[in-house]
Amino acid sequence: MKTALKVLLASFAAALAWPALAALNVFACEPEWAALAQELGGDKVSVFSAVTPLQDPHRLEARPSLISRMRGADLVICSGSELEIGWLPLLFTQSGNDRIQPGSPGYIEASQFVVKLEIPKVVDRALGDIHPSGNPHIHLDPRNIAKVGDVVTERFVEIDARDADYYRSRAEDFNKRWEQAMQKWRQEAQPLKGMPIVVYHKDMSYFINWASMREAGSLEPKPGIPPTPTHLAELVERMKRSPAKAVVYSPYNNPGAAQFLSQRANIPIVPLPFTVGGTPKAKDLFGLFDDTIERLVAANK
Amino acid sequence: MHRILLCAVALAMAMPAAQAQESLPQMRDELKKLQQRIDELEGRVKDAESTATQAATQASSRPQAESALNPGVSVILNGVYANLSRDPATYRINGFVPTMGDVAPPTRGFSLGESELAFMANIDHMFRGTLIGSISPDNDSIGVEEGYIQTIGLSHGFTIKAGRFFSAIGYQNQIHAHAWDFTDAPLAMRVFLGGQLNEDGIQFRWVAPTELYWDLGTELGRGRAFPASLSESGKNGAGSLNFFTHVGGDIGQSIAWQTGLSHLRTNPRERTFDDPTAGVSDSFNGTSRLWVASGILKWSPNGNPTYNNLKLQGEYFRRKEDGTLVFDSPGAALANGYDSRQSGWYAQGVYQFLPTWRAGYRYDRLDSGAVSIDTSASGLTAADFPILAGYKPKKHSLMVDWSPSEFSRIRLQYARDYSRMGQPDNQVFLQYIVSLGAHGAHTF
Ligand SMILES: [Zn+2]
Repeated sequence: MKTALKVLLASFAAALAWPALAALNVFACEPEWAALAQELGGDKVSVFSAVTPLQDPHRLEARPSLISRMRGADLVICSGSELEIGWLPLLFTQSGNDRIQPGSPGYIEASQFVVKLEIPKVVDRALGDIHPSGNPHIHLDPRNIAKVGDVVTERFVEIDARDADYYRSRAEDFNKRWEQAMQKWRQEAQPLKGMPIVVYHKDMSYFINWASMREAGSLEPKPGIPPTPTHLAELVERMKRSPAKAVVYSPYNNPGAAQFLSQRANIPIVPLPFTVGGTPKAKDLFGLFDDTIERLVAANK
Repeated sequence: MHRILLCAVALAMAMPAAQAQESLPQMRDELKKLQQRIDELEGRVKDAESTATQAATQASSRPQAESALNPGVSVILNGVYANLSRDPATYRINGFVPTMGDVAPPTRGFSLGESELAFMANIDHMFRGTLIGSISPDNDSIGVEEGYIQTIGLSHGFTIKAGRFFSAIGYQNQIHAHAWDFTDAPLAMRVFLGGQLNEDGIQFRWVAPTELYWDLGTELGRGRAFPASLSESGKNGAGSLNFFTHVGGDIGQSIAWQTGLSHLRTNPRERTFDDPTAGVSDSFNGTSRLWVASGILKWSPNGNPTYNNLKLQGEYFRRKEDGTLVFDSPGAALANGYDSRQSGWYAQGVYQFLPTWRAGYRYDRLDSGAVSIDTSASGLTAADFPILAGYKPKKHSLMVDWSPSEFSRIRLQYARDYSRMGQPDNQVFLQYIVSLGAHGAHTF
């Protein structure tokens, strides 16, 4: 009993300890931005991701631990465009941190720096939980990563001017490697041109656009609405007429609906990493694209 | 695009005749190059056009976001069908005040619940403003449920809120009724907070710079609502004082928890209540001290609540009041000494077993505790206050709800309510709650 109490007290004390003060604290909403900040910030930054690959970025809980993290953040990077509207605004108002409020240098809304796809002409909830200012899942177009990367470096320099040279040289190095990787991916993704796939949620649109693939349907009847039996039956029928090459899903999706369609319509099922850490191979941003392309090319054969 | 084509044709036609004498293959080569150049230009124009349309759509769709200059507006509609085995007009929670209409369930049959109209936006880099009005269908009145400004421009974990807001006492008090997991408030909230406590006042809150979430705060209020009560002239300074603290964190990826403790001190003046059994109106003057301990735990596989999740919630209330109890305050006005220690708690669990379906159970328990009424000066007996006779009310509630999207919910609830001494009430509620407009964020 006594030891149990000691352990409890010790862990309480450890939990109370101040977070690392030396580094710039980066609060990323999604793992892809955490990975990007890590690439560009090196050992000058301490990075935290609110969402894990297994969690749905649309539906996170505004947990107390996230408020604590937000309170100590120097820079917040989120996809934005209402993706995190169910939880992020609460973290802003509860954190008592003026450095990272929207509009200040400490907040990057990544989707504002790229050309967005699927901006709805009609904004009506009868069409599902649509994102009124366009599709926010921008990170699966490698060109967008480069664009957001430039903004991240700019902000690092602004917030931590002492280490400006460090950030600039890391950015130069990263951009060079990214440029080379993009050329390689262009080549590798050639066979994907025109490949029809069924997605779970409309979170693959930027990749589909980049690789000139074709979205042949989605398991969700409407964005944000879970798959229904009627919709799946309809999809099976449609796939019988014009079959897709693959049905893909992200780690945070329940594979049930994808498996159903895969079996009924005889289409290969392809789990994709979706974000950094989504599969063992997608351990960084480079791995994310390597693995995504590899899995799709394999399914296309 | 046409212009480019025309130019190219004109250019080709204007080639001097002398050149025609040159070898034909060479000319073909030139033409081919020209064609390539046209293609390239056309491609560029196409790119530029699509970027321009995209930029235009993006620009035109901006005002949809709350971050644009217009405030976020949302409307909550809610309606209930209630089937009650006992007349709600006679409702009381024996052993406790407040009574009757202040704590009663909705009327029998169909009724439109309170509709809610909310506006919120950042005012500037310092403040954020929120106004939430509730429109009550029965007396055609609009009330201000919450109307406050809140700092966003302070650092070091400080936040100040001023105006009318739901007090940070306990857990569920801060959550709007439409986001509750059951149709009605727990019994303990009704008898200790008069349903839901919203104060006019100011709140200071500080979040500690620790990895484990820890906040401390205080609220100074006017004392406009139960358990406080103002005398007609009111008073300067604060009529209610609340201290609160919360600690919270994660256990692995799947569990998040939070506990809280709060203490509310008020000095009610002429706080009246109806005693339905005695048929008189009594009042209380004195001091009221309330302690609330709360705990909440949320579980979902890997922290992804989309498919399955479990939410456990409980609160314990303890109140000490002493002062004068006035019998028949508008008439005879006989004063008695009064001293009470009362307590109550509830515990509930809600499980989402399918993406759109949840089921839950709540248990309510109150203890009217030790109440001593000193009738030596008035010549009355404790029997003249039948509502305060010792009793331990309890209640079982079961609910199941279906939410086709994040914006709508239909709920069926059954409860067996032992609030009236010896007269259990079977209550069935069928309720819808929908939200229109801006997507609100959900408190943990
Ligand atoms: Zn989405």
